[in-house]
Amino acid sequence: MTKQAPELVISTAPFVREGVTTPRIMREVLLAALLVLVMACWNFGLGALLVVLAAAAGAAGCEWLFTRNQSPNPLLDYSAVTTGVLLGLTLPPAMPLWMAFLGGAAGIGLGKLIWGGLGQNLFNPALVGRAFLQAAFPTVITTWSKPVAGGDLFALPTSLFAAPLMHGAPDGLSAATPLGLAKFEGQVTGLGSLMIGDTSGSLGETSAALLIAIGLWLAARRIFDWRLPVATLASVGILSGLLYLLNSSSYPPPSFMLCSGGLLFGAIFMVTDPVSTPTTPRGAWIFGAGVGALVVLIRLFGGLPEGVMYAILLMNAVTPHINRHTQRRPFGA
Amino acid sequence: MSTAAAAEARPRSFRGGVHPDDNKRATDALAIERMPFVDEYVMPLSQHIGAPAKAVVMVGERVVRGMPIAEPGAFISTSLHSPVTGRVKAIELRLHPNGKMMPAIVIETDAYDSQRLPAAEPVDVAALCADEMVALVQQSGLVGLGGAAFPSHVKFKVPDDRCVQAVVVNGCECEPFLTCDHRLMLEQPQGVVRGTKLIMSQVGCERGYIGVELNKRDAIAALRAAAPPEIEIVPLQVKYPQGAEKLLIDAIFKREVPAGGLPLDIEMLVNSVGTTLALSDWLDRGVPLIERVVTVTGPGVAHPRNLLVPLGTPLSAVLEHCGGLVPGAHQVVLGGPMMGMAQKSLGVPVLKGTSGILCLDRTAAAPVREYACIRCGRCAEACPMFLNPTRLAQLARFEHVEELEANSLLNCFECAACSFVCPSHIPLVQWMRVGKGMLRTWKASS
Repeated sequence: MTKQAPELVISTAPFVREGVTTPRIMREVLLAALLVLVMACWNFGLGALLVVLAAAAGAAGCEWLFTRNQSPNPLLDYSAVTTGVLLGLTLPPAMPLWMAFLGGAAGIGLGKLIWGGLGQNLFNPALVGRAFLQAAFPTVITTWSKPVAGGDLFALPTSLFAAPLMHGAPDGLSAATPLGLAKFEGQVTGLGSLMIGDTSGSLGETSAALLIAIGLWLAARRIFDWRLPVATLASVGILSGLLYLLNSSSYPPPSFMLCSGGLLFGAIFMVTDPVSTPTTPRGAWIFGAGVGALVVLIRLFGGLPEGVMYAILLMNAVTPHINRHTQRRPFGA
Repeated sequence: MSTAAAAEARPRSFRGGVHPDDNKRATDALAIERMPFVDEYVMPLSQHIGAPAKAVVMVGERVVRGMPIAEPGAFISTSLHSPVTGRVKAIELRLHPNGKMMPAIVIETDAYDSQRLPAAEPVDVAALCADEMVALVQQSGLVGLGGAAFPSHVKFKVPDDRCVQAVVVNGCECEPFLTCDHRLMLEQPQGVVRGTKLIMSQVGCERGYIGVELNKRDAIAALRAAAPPEIEIVPLQVKYPQGAEKLLIDAIFKREVPAGGLPLDIEMLVNSVGTTLALSDWLDRGVPLIERVVTVTGPGVAHPRNLLVPLGTPLSAVLEHCGGLVPGAHQVVLGGPMMGMAQKSLGVPVLKGTSGILCLDRTAAAPVREYACIRCGRCAEACPMFLNPTRLAQLARFEHVEELEANSLLNCFECAACSFVCPSHIPLVQWMRVGKGMLRTWKASS
């Protein structure tokens, strides 16, 4: 009863909240990434797990090293581990573990911490880590193992365990990615294979069907702004569709462009990073359209078979400008 | 009614906003009950926006229920009336719900006297000129009962060079948990319509609109049955903060009140359902503002209710009448959960602007940890004024005062939609208040 009033808590409105929290966003993205990892293990064997673990350990270790005196520790917001896992999933299956670890550390160190930590970075940290590896080890990062597709899951490439600073001997069979085949051999991989994901490529990028399902799930749970991936994919679809209509013998069909390479993985896990992408709805459309255009440009007219990483990093660079020019007119102004 | 059906299929609304759980189930089916009289009433002289009222009674003086006890301290100010028949016990500093000690008239109830209000003849509104009406409304002590408590007569004073094209009555009640306006519309639709007509004739306007959110379909039906053709009942999408007057106008007419301006600038006048009803009580029955409907609700109170409470009743008495706080109740909020104010003491009284007494348990009252801003843009998407709350918070944090103004901080009406959605629990709306304070100081000094 109120005769003896209880100790009342004073705080300010609002007293109710929507319930989506930053750690929950990170945890759900992490969970989605782990589903992709299961697929990667089926396709490339358990080495996939080791590569991803190494990258995550590098990211978390770097975060801890530089923030160990902070309380509560930023590791608890799950963002560093998420960055590491996402980076791991963009690496080739036979990547030496020490390189994956180094990439994770570089992603967090150069991609996030020197900017001031979570929320302050201009570029996507996972892709900064990958760009670092691409610059440092251009051959290793473009050596693609042949998928085992549910075969011998325990056959680990020996190159995984190369001593630090060593590349290790390439072993097993290598195979070109669908984008490599299209660019250099003129072969277009079938949509069925692209959907299931029994092709070579980076660990997490091969199964289009799985990635689409995960993207729909995350969007439905309002974990990310759906406009970003939709704009990116629509941009690639429209531009490559136009080119295909112009000349269907020299350009691949849009369905191939959409389902091959790192595009779906990038659209769902990288383009949706809230920190390095615009905050305004109109900005999201512009950002996605820009990424898509750059992907088509690099893939079809550039020297590299794949361009998702550079497309996203380049658009990250102009994000502050997009934000500035897409602020809404205040109500009644 | 095919147009009405179409309107409800795609109800009107504004852009932005959020969808909190409305939590109105506990009280929306409960008829309004009268709160019994208690021993003592505390009437702070300041329970409206503007200058405090000035006491016109002395300590020891006998007062009758409904008699004036304080007069307006300025034009933007209003009067107070005794909520009870009794004796002025003291005029002294008492704890106000705003957290400060404020002057108040304390009245001791005479338990042996009648609490009947004297009968009064209806006012012949047509016989009064505009200024007489404004003065008459000021005498009633009427303020906006939606929560802002802005003196109502000020709104009815339409400058000579202005006119009013539409009288809008706000029946949105978009704050979660609150159901007092819902019950008023349902139980007294004729009174709401009568009040709307009185305002329309007062400001010489032909068209009236009553906006009601679609979670109150029974109220919409009751009002439609009671309203004449010149008053349109407009169903609105359930979305917070639909009840903000600028957004209500935007939803109904697709017109924006200019930034920094008033609805009158686009020839409109908005009043809440409670205010409209209280106006008809005053003009037709001579009842000044001495009581109001308060929703007592939340998981922390034993028996949630809609109560007609005399002004000045201490919260402790109201809660006791509702079975008291349950074990585990940790927070008592005046108003709704989005814009209300937490109270430290249950000794504070119900004021003119008190729409609800919300009792929250430990789960809702738990402090939350703040994380870094991840620039997700959820706050900017929720902001109904199209501001960028996270940027404004940052500018306030680093005291970039000039930029605060350039980024339209003053458009913010503190609806807290930004704080509601922020996944990092950044106290955005508090930073808006801090920023406004800085801006005031800066303007005063320059």
